[in-house]
Parts: sequence; C-alpha cells; structure tokens
Amino acid sequence: MSRRTASALPPALLAIAMLGAWELYADSGSSSSSILPAPHAIAEALWRNAALLGHNLAITAEEVGLGLGLALALGFALAVLIHLSPLLRRSFYPLAVGSQAVPIAVIAPLLVLSWGFGLVPKLVVIVLICFFPVLVTTVDGLAAVDPDQLKLLRTLDASRWQSFRFAELPAALPAAISGARIAVTVGVIGAYIAESQTATTGAYAGLGREINSDLTALQTPRAYAAAVVLFVFAIVCFYALALVERRLAPWANHQSRGGAS
Amino acid sequence: MAHRKRFPGVDPLNLWGNARGGRDVPQTGLKPGRISPETGPRAASVREASVRVEEVSHAYRDRHGVVVRALAGVSLHAAHGELLAVVGASGCGKTTLLELICGLQSPKRGSIACAPAALMPQRDLLLPWLSAVDNAALALRIAGHSRASARARASELFAELGLDGFEHAHPHELSGGMRQRVAFLRTLLSGKPVLCLDEPFGALDAITRAEMQGWLGRTLAHEPRTVVLVTHDVEEAVVLADRVVVLSARPGRVQESLEVDLPRPRSRTDVKVIALRERALLALGLDTEGLHT
Repeated sequence: MSRRTASALPPALLAIAMLGAWELYADSGSSSSSILPAPHAIAEALWRNAALLGHNLAITAEEVGLGLGLALALGFALAVLIHLSPLLRRSFYPLAVGSQAVPIAVIAPLLVLSWGFGLVPKLVVIVLICFFPVLVTTVDGLAAVDPDQLKLLRTLDASRWQSFRFAELPAALPAAISGARIAVTVGVIGAYIAESQTATTGAYAGLGREINSDLTALQTPRAYAAAVVLFVFAIVCFYALALVERRLAPWANHQSRGGAS
Repeated sequence: MAHRKRFPGVDPLNLWGNARGGRDVPQTGLKPGRISPETGPRAASVREASVRVEEVSHAYRDRHGVVVRALAGVSLHAAHGELLAVVGASGCGKTTLLELICGLQSPKRGSIACAPAALMPQRDLLLPWLSAVDNAALALRIAGHSRASARARASELFAELGLDGFEHAHPHELSGGMRQRVAFLRTLLSGKPVLCLDEPFGALDAITRAEMQGWLGRTLAHEPRTVVLVTHDVEEAVVLADRVVVLSARPGRVQESLEVDLPRPRSRTDVKVIALRERALLALGLDTEGLHT
C-alpha cells in the first residue's frame, strides 16, 4: 500500500462508518424522511439534480472565488500597513476586530438597498467575513520575522523596503496562506449567508439559496444534496490552498530545521 | 607592519590582484582576486581597512530592563590585512564588541574608527526562502545588482569553496558546515574590507570545525581582509590569528594581547602554539592542567 492510500484510509473509513450509522438510523423510521433523509436518498437527489446543482455551484464558486481574492488582497494590504505603521495599527486594528462583531445576517438585506440584486452585496458579505483571518495571521507572520535576520540585513546596508522584501514578506507568506485556508472555509459559510440574506435576480441563485428554497418546499433530500456539494467544494478549496502553499512557500515545513544555528 | 608580516611581498594597494606564493598557498587551487572592494557593493579605501577601538565602554538593558555592563575600557587594534582574534568566556561582551565595530550600536564611551565592516553572526541566519546561491549573493542584490548577475558572481565562488552542486539547495538541505560556508560567502561578497566573525564555528562538531578552520585560513589567503574573529576556542584563536586579545569576564576588559608570530599553516600540536594557548588560558584565569575546551 502506498503512503498516499494509507493516509487516505482513516478518513475514508470514518466517513463510511458515519454514513452507515446515519443510513441505519434513517431507515429505522425514527424520523421522517423530510426531516432527516437517508444517505441513499441524498445520493439519488444528487444524481437526479446534477445539472441544477452544477449551475448553482458555478454561481457560489464565483462568489467564493472573487470574494476570497478580494479578501486576500484587502487583508494582506491592511496587514502590511498595520505592520509598517504603529499609527495605522492603533487606528485600524480595533476597527477590523469590531467589523467581526457586525451581525452580518442582519445588515446583508440592507446591502441590497445600496448595491442591488447582483453580485456586489454578496461579495461584500464574503469579504467582510474572510478578510479577518487573513489580516490576523499575516500581521502575526510579519511580526514573527527573526529580529537577528533584520539586524543582519542592516549590516548589509539593506533599506527598509529591502528588509521587507527579503525577510518580512517571505517570512509572513506561510502565515498568510494559512489565513487564506481558514478564510476559504468560512467563506463558503459566508456565501451561504450572503445568498440566503440578499435577494437575487437570475435563473440560478447559488447553492445557499437552493438549500433554503428546497427546505421551504420540503425537498429535504435535494437540500442535503446541495449541502454535500458545498461541503465537498470547501474541502477541495482547502486542500488546493495547501498545494499552493507547498508551491509558494516550500521552506515552510522545514522552518525549524533551516533556521537553526 | 602587520599586513606585511601576513602577506609578504604584496603591495597593499594591489592586494586583491596579486597571486601569492609562500606559506598560505591553498590546496584547493583557488584563483585569487575574484572579489575586490573596488567592484564590491560598497567600495572602500583599501588603505583604511583597519579597526581601532579606543577605551570603549558599553552597557545595555536586557529583556528584563536590567543594565548589563558589557565592556569596560576596551582598546584594541587590527591593522590592515590582520586577523585579530578576541577570546573570552561566554557573555564577556564579545558579540557586543562586534556589533559596535559593525555600527549596529554606538558605544556609550570611547571611540571606534573602522572601515565598513560586515558581520557574520553566530547563527548562520540564512534566509530559508532563498537558495544557497541567492543567500550568498544577498549583499549584491541589496546593492542593486540584478538577480542574474548577483547569482553569476556568487556561483563563481561556489566551486572554489567546495559548494559546487549545491547552488540551488535551500538552507535546510545543507549541512552545518556548508551553511557556515554560505554565510561566510555572503559576508565576503558584501565587499566590505573588514569582516567580523562571531564564533563562526561554535555550533559545529570538532571534525567539521577543524576542517572549517583550515578552510578559513586558505580562503583569507586569497581574499585578504581585515578580520576580527570572536571565539571562545583559544586553540582556534592561536591557530588562525596574527594577534589574540583575551577579554575578562563581564564587563569585558583586555586581560592580555598576544602576538602570534608563527608561520602558517600552524599545527595544533606545535610546541609554540601550545605555549601561546597556555598563556591565553592563563589570562582567562583557567587552570591549564587538563582543562581545554
């Protein structure tokens, strides 16, 4: 057995065990199929509504992708500003923390009043949720640079910008990507909130809205099928970012050994 | 004159361009004159490549706000082209002394006159995100060279320093001795006429350390610089240096200054080397009977 198969085995077995227990419980008739559909019913709904779910996934994926991109840019830029200027740290950081206390589900419908039924209010919701983990991890990553490395760069006559470019920026990169990995998973939840709380015009409204309308129409298996698609999408995004990290910051896994004396 | 003693027959103004024979002939077949302060990132007058520390006292506050008196009235001098070793017990202000010489701090009292100095810190501090060649070429990049030309300059020296084939390895893929060599190359390529080496071989095992000491001696024979070598290894100091300054425990004071007027390469077991080593150990206040680090 290869190492890859060996490492995939435990989660696969766990998933099968959980699905089996779920199937047994649902088939025992203790609860109605419109409240808790059995896995086989969800699989069937998934198969039958593949095209519909696919179109909705495309909508949601676009929202999450654009939102995450904007959140990364915003979080990273704010982190750099906060890192470079104590004044900006004092003025921006408390507001950024405060932004996370805003009850997004409440203000989301109001965003529609300002930006209409299109993509923009949804992106605002996702960015508001996603920029924060990127900001916090990047600020910490920038501050965690080895002070001796900065001292060394000073002896080599590096300017402030060169110290940033050669030491602080790459030192913060793995942390920023970790932030992005957190952001993409909460971003999927953000997309659900955005779609349920803001009105949309158009043939497909995304998986979040699909889940809501199916639940209202007692199409519970299809709602679960949409949730499964969302779930798989979040997992794929998370591991895709892990690949990006290995590509962009291959040293991150060796930091402790590489930096040793 | 110290530099004449160390590099016989070399015009001080043309130090970098001459091939030399004699005692410092290396076994690696290095070609001299590859790096010069004239073409280095920060050109400095070769004539002024000396270090003069006069009556320097220094104190700083540690993490807990306690005032640490690091140095008390230290005077020392390294002439152009000379290798000065500073030995002392741990925490006697040796690292502080190098930071003062490199201009990272200003002394509280006394004066320091010195040509531009590059520091090779105790930890190699290679940047883990850069390959070995990019780490070595860091000073060139900072001085505004393009990535390609900086790499080309640094790779020329890789083979000569026994690092060929490791240009694109990242620091975590290199052995401790290799990392120290890359760090030394980075210091050398800064083009500064004075090198401050802070216990460069302190973290290495005994065999690697002996190899690296030989290697340092040969490299300096071909890339002559004024060197201030800080070490706690008295033997290393006597084998490599033109002069050994012994510092007392903190606050550091000069206990003794020993001239090492012996031909190179020197053997550890040479009677004169051992005699000087014993004198230095005595100045450190150590019982020389069976005590050796």
